[in-house]
Amino acid sequence: MKIHRNILFDLFIEKIFFLVGFTCLLVLLLIMLFLFKEGLPIFSNVSPREFIMGTSWYPTSENARYGVFPLIMASVSVTLLASMIAVPLSLSIAIYLSEIARPIVREIVKPAVELIASIPSVIIGFFGMVVIAPLLQTYFHLDTGLNLFNASLMLAFMAIPTIASISEDAISSVPVSLKEASYALGANRWQTILHVIVPASLSGIWTAIILGVSRVIGETMVVLMVSGGATTLPDSLFSPVRPLTSNIAAEMGETPVGGEHYHALFAIGIILFIITFGFNLIADYLSNRYKFKTD
Amino acid sequence: METGILKQIIKRRSGAAFSEKTMFAIITFLSAVVLGFLVFMLAYIFKNGFSALSWEFISERPRNEMTEGGIFPAILGTLYLMIGSSALSIPIGIITAIYLNEYARNRKLVKIIRLGINNLAGVPSVVFGLFGLSLFVVFFDFGVSILAGSLTLGALNLPVIIRSTEEALGVVPGTYREASLSLGATRWQTIYRIVLPAALPGILTGIMLSLGRAAGETAPIMFTAAAFYSPEFPASIYDEIMALPYHIYVLATAGTHIQESRPLQYGTAIVLIAMVFILNFAGIILRYRYKRR
Repeated sequence: MKIHRNILFDLFIEKIFFLVGFTCLLVLLLIMLFLFKEGLPIFSNVSPREFIMGTSWYPTSENARYGVFPLIMASVSVTLLASMIAVPLSLSIAIYLSEIARPIVREIVKPAVELIASIPSVIIGFFGMVVIAPLLQTYFHLDTGLNLFNASLMLAFMAIPTIASISEDAISSVPVSLKEASYALGANRWQTILHVIVPASLSGIWTAIILGVSRVIGETMVVLMVSGGATTLPDSLFSPVRPLTSNIAAEMGETPVGGEHYHALFAIGIILFIITFGFNLIADYLSNRYKFKTD
Repeated sequence: METGILKQIIKRRSGAAFSEKTMFAIITFLSAVVLGFLVFMLAYIFKNGFSALSWEFISERPRNEMTEGGIFPAILGTLYLMIGSSALSIPIGIITAIYLNEYARNRKLVKIIRLGINNLAGVPSVVFGLFGLSLFVVFFDFGVSILAGSLTLGALNLPVIIRSTEEALGVVPGTYREASLSLGATRWQTIYRIVLPAALPGILTGIMLSLGRAAGETAPIMFTAAAFYSPEFPASIYDEIMALPYHIYVLATAGTHIQESRPLQYGTAIVLIAMVFILNFAGIILRYRYKRR
């Protein structure tokens, strides 16, 4: 009789856990639902084309204009520049940790890199604002140190732990037999890294880069604090810009709920959601498709 | 002829050795640059903020338009948000992970749920803020409150808990489960008495990391929980609160006393960093000891 009850309880638990297991999907669904519910109404006043291609963002003026093109370009340029800085540095760390560092050094460097990931973004933004910005301003004789370059630098720093640790996992999972074959053919360690290890872990490295880039696009506090905030198209490395995320964060506080501006900000949220969703699907596809089969 | 080939081989060999040395030097240097930046950043903040730290600073309320006094309400608010968000994300996260790892048999379903988790992890934090604003603050009419902020942060933290718990469960050897099941235990008994205790350090690591993240996130609480300045302590979960990361942002960017409050900004940054690092170190040490076992 007791055994019977235990089995029933087990089945009961399974059903409950099954239901709870859907919470993540539910949250994701609710995010989409509410983004679209609050974002789509803007398109009854502004056409999607006008919204995305329009070059002036004047949400609070009498004759309000909602063109997010400069904001999109700001996000794109900041992300590109940040990736150009972060990718070589991250790959260096990944290769260093998995192939070069002595075990004892590795035990220190690896947690240190993980520590970067744990620093709150507001701290990194604060540092960019009070330390890096004045430096840039003085050395490059700029009007303001809060600009595209500063934001990219800080974002690159934030993306490094993501890209480095996932790449390192990929590099470490390359079978030893491949390396041994390369050494046996007379290749040295660098030749083996360049021609065997990196190509063999390329899909993992790509996954890492895509996830890192996705994180950069979605990062808010850093760009809110250091990118300068101008809603104009960037024309140099040191232009003040305003990426999509920071625009939402900067303006949502002063916007009446349910107004046109409110809906426009949610529509920007939709754009962000779609971009990052796409990046995550690609990363997911890559990491499932080319998983290294170890023997 | 033969000596010519030999010379060529030797030349190539030494060229390869040279490029190996150069490349390793470059890679080591670039890695050092990143770590150097980390050390510089932390050292700079600590050097500038150390003088602001005092018992008064962490135990009193801000005074004189937030240019003097302490940050106690912000510390308290951040603690509330950490507790509130974990109350939601820890049980749901662990249960989801147990379901995926121990119960689920439908591979397609598991794949879909995992895809959902991965995508949830990739949603930008400011979009979580929009979600919290529209659903909890406006639709459920919780207002800008501890409740709305905790729910938003809890949703944000779900993937962190699920992933670390799944990893911890995955490391528990299958033989443990088989032994327990063959003794006549049900699956739940096996999970509760055998698998969970064995996976506990890994699960705790995940909890520490998620607490650290809840403490440090700013964008999700900007429009759902955080107050610019609230002199009174919250009386219920429907009150808005101050929080450490938002306090740094506010002091550094808004108002007319940005320069005067600079030491307080550094001081608040130190308190926040210390909180997050303690949680992370605890997590890393737990995992490290667990792995060595």
